Amino acid sequence: MALLEVRGLEVAFPKGPHDEALALRGVDLDLDPGERLGVVGESGAGKSMLAFAILNLISEPGRISAGSIRFDGRNLLTLPAKEIRNIRGNRISMIFQDPMMTLNPVLTIGRQMVETLQAHRRIGWAKARKLSIERLAQVAIPTPESRFDSYPHELSGGLRQRVVIAIALLTDPEIIIADEPTTALDVTIQAEIMSLILRLCRDNRVGLILITHDLSVVAEVTERLMIMYAGKVVEEGPTRQIIDHPGHPYSRGLLAALPQRVERGQRLNQIPGTMPGIADLPTGCAYHPRCERAIAGCHIDIPELEAHGSRRISCFRPLLAGAEA
Amino acid sequence: MTALVEKRGLVEVRGLEKRFAMPTHFLSREKPVLHALNGVDAVVRQGEAFCVVGESGCGKTTLGRIVMGLTEPSNGEVHFDGTRIDNLSDSRRRPFRARMQMVFQNPYASLNPRRTVFDTLAEPLRHLSPQMRRAEVRDAVEAVMLAVGADPKWGRRMPHEFSGGQRQRIAIARALVTDPEFIVADEPISALDVSIQAQILNLMTKAREERGLTYLFITHDLSVVQHFGDRVAVMYLGRIVELAGVEELFDRPRHPYTRLLLDAIPKLEGGSFERERKPGELPNSIKLPPGCSFAPRCPLANDRCRAERPALLPAGPAEVACFAVEEGRD
Amino acid sequence: MLSARAFTRRFFGDPTAVGAFVIVAAVVVMVVSAPWLAPQNPYDPLQIDIMDSEMPPSWVAGGDERFLLGTDAQGRGVLSTIMYGTGVSLLIGFGAVVVQAFIGISLGLIAGYRGGWIDAFLMRLADIQLSISTLMLAIIALAVFSAAFGPEAYAKLAIFMLIAVIGIAEWPRFARTVRASVLAEKKKEYVDAARVIGLSPGTIMRRHILPNTMTPVLVISTIQVAEAIVTEAALSFLGLGMPVNRPSLGALIRSGFEFIFSGSWWITLFPAVMLMLLILSINLLGDFMRDTLNPKLRRGDE
Repeated sequence: MALLEVRGLEVAFPKGPHDEALALRGVDLDLDPGERLGVVGESGAGKSMLAFAILNLISEPGRISAGSIRFDGRNLLTLPAKEIRNIRGNRISMIFQDPMMTLNPVLTIGRQMVETLQAHRRIGWAKARKLSIERLAQVAIPTPESRFDSYPHELSGGLRQRVVIAIALLTDPEIIIADEPTTALDVTIQAEIMSLILRLCRDNRVGLILITHDLSVVAEVTERLMIMYAGKVVEEGPTRQIIDHPGHPYSRGLLAALPQRVERGQRLNQIPGTMPGIADLPTGCAYHPRCERAIAGCHIDIPELEAHGSRRISCFRPLLAGAEA
Repeated sequence: MTALVEKRGLVEVRGLEKRFAMPTHFLSREKPVLHALNGVDAVVRQGEAFCVVGESGCGKTTLGRIVMGLTEPSNGEVHFDGTRIDNLSDSRRRPFRARMQMVFQNPYASLNPRRTVFDTLAEPLRHLSPQMRRAEVRDAVEAVMLAVGADPKWGRRMPHEFSGGQRQRIAIARALVTDPEFIVADEPISALDVSIQAQILNLMTKAREERGLTYLFITHDLSVVQHFGDRVAVMYLGRIVELAGVEELFDRPRHPYTRLLLDAIPKLEGGSFERERKPGELPNSIKLPPGCSFAPRCPLANDRCRAERPALLPAGPAEVACFAVEEGRD
Repeated sequence: MLSARAFTRRFFGDPTAVGAFVIVAAVVVMVVSAPWLAPQNPYDPLQIDIMDSEMPPSWVAGGDERFLLGTDAQGRGVLSTIMYGTGVSLLIGFGAVVVQAFIGISLGLIAGYRGGWIDAFLMRLADIQLSISTLMLAIIALAVFSAAFGPEAYAKLAIFMLIAVIGIAEWPRFARTVRASVLAEKKKEYVDAARVIGLSPGTIMRRHILPNTMTPVLVISTIQVAEAIVTEAALSFLGLGMPVNRPSLGALIRSGFEFIFSGSWWITLFPAVMLMLLILSINLLGDFMRDTLNPKLRRGDE
């Protein structure tokens, strides 16, 4: 059984006074211990929503309207608040795009790290401090003892994100959920941070759910990949396989649109149209208006995820020639 | 690609420097200064797509703004089509404004939320070509909207009714409406979704081919540079450290920073994030190091690098500002 | 950015806002139609009779049907005086806000867009203005004015003086609000785009920035009207506001004050209730505007 098992997760938002629109339309996700999974999609596809839903952080007026989230066998959606606190921030940590969503600007870094530790286990201040400084060193922050007493604003963006990673690792979590952790950072700093996350997760056997829109980053860091479109998973499987031989037309479109896939001077392969908002979904498959492979049934029925070798694709006419694994 | 024949320089910048005074307490004696640009010389040739790349703090946005006249340089000159324009009064600068336009990064902030799309597109014409009659203005706006793949009926609507990609189309239409020769594009696709980036980039390529445009394309995304650019200038801490044709730069990066930059790009083939990368010392635009600004991070730095500033000198078909390259140590 | 449709939907969904709006609308209607609807014109000496003075409201013993809310010391029907007096209060309230807004928006625009020493100078001026209480300033100004020009001239010009004084005293509030908006809008790229075209700073301020600063201005305008009415009421109550022959609600309250102890409570009470109702409704409307137009309180139903 997987460490994290999400089944049929739905998140609903009010649409007008009497109706609801689904931001997540039945998502399944499995994560084994130490596994690194990438969740890729464009803005509005629901990938951040998925991360927040797993930790039950969906705030009003949204709500989790269906599904189950099992962590270590127990359904997170039905656990009492005390148990959730034991898991959130402790056994499952989260890293956000903006480090200032984690870091309190009026507290020193050290104070926040010690607080985090003491919130989840009985540990004295001196020991907590020692542990924190060790973690800061582990994320390659120079002079960790003095940084322990620094305030967040005294650090650059890249260093702050490292501190956030250190805090995420403080409690020896089993899973880290990282939501666009390097999107706002320069490319050289992104390389530093992502290689750090990769190594730390591998060395400590920590599971990773990496949410991003950047396919190259997932290619570098993750083992498995989930591509989302309009609130549903359209393709899921080993990262390498999906990137080399995408099965769903949207996956193929995303990869083909990358500048590195086209000769200089040639037009880029664009996908016509835009992703529909959750309130304006077409009938049938949400991608069919933009799909060059759409057939008659695509606008009537919604395709479900079907296994094709080691992948699962939700399409009535997936691209499979020579790609079976 | 780029002919070896010396093309005319449409836009030239010489010795550009820009310093910003940092806000301080009025009683403090220190007056820190942010050195955004520290001596930039470049020539943008007619018809080319000249890319400027660098990370935050390198000065690329400031460069674009100075060329367009949004900021004044602390030192140096900007020339357009042979005439110096940075020191012109508003009225003397006017004839140039229709010829140089700009596309901005944030499609959600570059259109006035309280004006209709039509008004936003007509405004440059109404101001810069007052002799045009209303019907002519209308026709011109309609033509440019069709050219960017926008429905002319959008004219009546307000920006908030459109997605990011659509707004960027409208912004490009605004830049094209006066039929300019030169466009500065400051990160025009960074704020857009991946599948829309391709659409907009294609649009810009098409516009370039149809109208013979010259671009100054500012970006941090090297894969876009590789696809779209003719020549590229790599900037670090307010200076150009390497200038080369795009293919040459990617085949044979010479400056240590260029190499670092290219090495850091995540690759679809994977595998390059395996090794550890120590955090680099971050560039500080306020306390510029003496000597080469990259020296604190450079694996090849020697004493000369830390004391003197290297000039941008030819190295093969490229230009590089690096003593290691000059001295053959790379 | 809230569309007009979403705004109306929110409005009708909020009973407090609707209620407040209805009250304010009713008051405005009452004021406008006073010359026709009021039982009498209390400021026409031919229509009042001193014999009718100090009669209680009609439902109390000794009351008269003609005067629903009773009469004051001169024999004027209290209902009529309220209908006219509210009009004066509203006129001064709106008038003062128009003056404040005009001065404040202009200066705020200039300070925010120009920056530098102009900004510093204007903001220091605003600080100084804010540190002088409006009431104190008004008292001094009005007292000097009435001493200098005598009570007759004063009576004629009081309404303009009040509008001017309250208007000038409160401009910093608008200026600061507008300045804050301008500073935020100035950074946005559509302003750069306008500069790239070569529009003059004045045109940019007027055509591009000003319309985008209107939302917070709308919010504080409502509250400032209430403030102005209260300030004027306070001044009138102190004897420095509107004269007796053309009183505002505050002056009415004052003129009735001395009669509380002699038992004619209605002369003060009813104008006071009217004032309170008016201010409350305007403030509630202002609260609704502020909450609805605040972009940070998005509710996801647009």
